[in-house]
Amino acid sequence: MKTNDLISLLAEDASVGMRLGRMLALALLAGLIVSALILLSTVGVRSNLATAIETTRVLFKIGFTLVLAVVACRLVFLVGRPGRSLRARGFQLAIPATLLAIAVSTELLMLPSQAWTESLIGKNAGFCLFFIPVLSLAPLAGFLFVLKNGAPENPGLAGASAGLAAGAIAAALYAFHCPDDSPLFLAVWYSIAVLLVTTVGYFAGRRWLSW
Amino acid sequence: MRSAMKGDTQAYHRFLCAVTPHLRAMARRRCDQFGAPASEAEDVVQEVLLAVHLKRATWDTDRPIGPWLSAIVRNKLIDSLRRRGRHVNVPIEDVIETLEAEEQGDGLDRMDAANLLERLKDPQRDIVRSISLEGAGVRETAERLKMSEGSVRVALHRALKSLAAFYRSETREDE
Repeated sequence: MKTNDLISLLAEDASVGMRLGRMLALALLAGLIVSALILLSTVGVRSNLATAIETTRVLFKIGFTLVLAVVACRLVFLVGRPGRSLRARGFQLAIPATLLAIAVSTELLMLPSQAWTESLIGKNAGFCLFFIPVLSLAPLAGFLFVLKNGAPENPGLAGASAGLAAGAIAAALYAFHCPDDSPLFLAVWYSIAVLLVTTVGYFAGRRWLSW
Repeated sequence: MRSAMKGDTQAYHRFLCAVTPHLRAMARRRCDQFGAPASEAEDVVQEVLLAVHLKRATWDTDRPIGPWLSAIVRNKLIDSLRRRGRHVNVPIEDVIETLEAEEQGDGLDRMDAANLLERLKDPQRDIVRSISLEGAGVRETAERLKMSEGSVRVALHRALKSLAAFYRSETREDE
């Protein structure tokens, strides 16, 4: 085929279906709904949510996971677009990291050292490690599916940020159920769960997102 | 390109024709650099064009197209040439042959495009032939093949995706 023939061919296919940004927004929304339904139909939100949400620890837990989710999602919306620098939005990940560091130090100052281990181990660490990845499946699948249409310059990085965003969304949802409220618990178990999903995203990205 | 994204075939055609000479110059230069035979430059150009086409939904129309285009081109060019460059241990006779071919100016884009076309499934192959080789538009093609314009468009889009995939697998098998 001559290059000119190819050009005529491409030109006949000029119109674009849906832009990447809108597809990602749809994937985000769908993933959020599916995961919220999974949460509500299985374990549900905690029974004392109305009163618990007024305590600083619970408020921080939910707020922190939401901030992380927002920052990570902003990264996902950029990572599939070639020629855009990720640096600024990557550095924004320092915001939730700083918040968590402050909360952990405050908690350590406020709690007597005998109580540290108990808050850290919590009651439901195993379930947390299991359920956050489960809740992240729908958003992760959605993001990867859409990013397949994108053009990430670094497929592994794109997959990892999809994993981070999906993990953070899952964590934010799970926070409405989770009975363990200490920032220590958050810093250890939530982080492990989210990093797990991020790692899965990284390898999935390397495998499927090159173009 | 902005009007092309809204479906303006002619604007898109002009845009592609305008960038192709630049792509060709870059591809030839890089072919030397990566030790790929010059005859492959035109294949590389076609591969890059397909990438620009299939990934154009990732361009944010509020931004200038330059950085986007050069990122796509850089990525695809390097990717494509690496795949091609790695397996070159071309005997000198072949090089001479391709040099001659270049002088004729016609053998350049021979690649296995014919081959690739053969691998497309039926309505897709007819559509691609009709539009690219015979220069028919979507409407004529639809009339001739007794299909709706919509399904011709869908089939054409799928065909382009498969062509891009063929390019990638083709050069990978060679390694």
